[in-house]
Amino acid sequence: MDQIPILMVGDCLLVSIQVDMHDQLALALQDSLMTKIVETGARGVMLDISSLQFVDSFIGRLLNNIASMARVLDAATVVVGMQPAVAITLVELGLTLSGIRTALNVDKGLALIRRIIDGEEQAFDRREG
Amino acid sequence: MANKADTIISTLITRSRKPLLDEWLARQATMAGSGAIAADGDVKEYCTRFLAELDTGLAAGEVGDIRGAGWSGMRELLEEVSRSRAGKGFTPSETASFVFSLKAPLFALVQREAGDNAARLADELQSATTLLDTLGLYTVEVFQKAREEVIARQQEEMLELSTPVVRLWEGIVAVPLIGTLDSNRTQVVMENLLQEIVSAGAQIAIIDITGVPTVDTLVAQHLLKTVSAARLMGADCIISGIRPQIAQTIVHLGVDLSVTSKASMSGALELALKRIGKAVVERKARPAAEVS
Repeated sequence: MDQIPILMVGDCLLVSIQVDMHDQLALALQDSLMTKIVETGARGVMLDISSLQFVDSFIGRLLNNIASMARVLDAATVVVGMQPAVAITLVELGLTLSGIRTALNVDKGLALIRRIIDGEEQAFDRREG
Repeated sequence: MANKADTIISTLITRSRKPLLDEWLARQATMAGSGAIAADGDVKEYCTRFLAELDTGLAAGEVGDIRGAGWSGMRELLEEVSRSRAGKGFTPSETASFVFSLKAPLFALVQREAGDNAARLADELQSATTLLDTLGLYTVEVFQKAREEVIARQQEEMLELSTPVVRLWEGIVAVPLIGTLDSNRTQVVMENLLQEIVSAGAQIAIIDITGVPTVDTLVAQHLLKTVSAARLMGADCIISGIRPQIAQTIVHLGVDLSVTSKASMSGALELALKRIGKAVVERKARPAAEVS
């Protein structure tokens, strides 16, 4: 089975999703990501979904879950590089992912995580959608 | 029965086409709204072709059903007339009168031909009326369709015209919305905005609703959708240009916008600049000593 690599960059975990996310793979990712956070004591998780072309409600919910679980483990989650079509789909599905911080690209995402860890930014939006 | 009657109309049209045409043209010239019709320079050509096609259609032997192959030429002609008149701004009745005005001269001829035979006259008139009515209705139908096409095209053009996304600063884009927001427009605005956010690498998007006449719950929902989508991409949204009445309406409706909003575009730009760590400052006047 495919596996999505999880890279350690400083005290952040970087996950770049470059294949189609089927449900099994997504659940495996969630599992190994949590294990990795605990093992490494990472303070931030960055999910790069710029190559992801399709999402469904399951993946949308899973992203939300990963963010919530990581927060319990005291790690901030930032989703970066979402495609316009994916954003529109998620909004139409009613998933505004209000618990997740987002950034335009990996560069800005790393800067955002840095600010969150330094306590300059909220780890999640105060807005509830 | 019907066939017998048709033969007579068709002989009439074949035999006395010239006087019928003259009578018909004279009739159209004197009708109400004749100014506009007279301005239609092709009237004579259309009438001549109409009679020719009528002849063809009757010869094919299909009366009462103009959808047959024998009438294809006639249908094309009527479509051409309707479209040209719809384009020139004629009213539907002016367009339909093209066909209906043939009734009087044709009936006069039929009456002369039938002579004293009342039963035959009735039959003739019956079938002639039915045929001309069908043709007239078809004309109106095509006219309506042509007008609808014009409206649909204009709507599409409006959709394209009214959703520009402008770059205000490096990292700041703005969409000035003009007109009411419906689902279709929201879709177009959202797509354009998200595309521009990607290509400009924008962190902040300002949605200006100065040109939106009313904000009801549906419009607010559409705005929120756009804001959510932009946020998912990693850009923050600011809504600006909220007029006093709209602020009141929003609160009265109980809509929770829960988005950063500013009264004016300038306020929004100021906030956006602040968020990306920039500021517009007044240039310091140089001390007088330094100038000299």
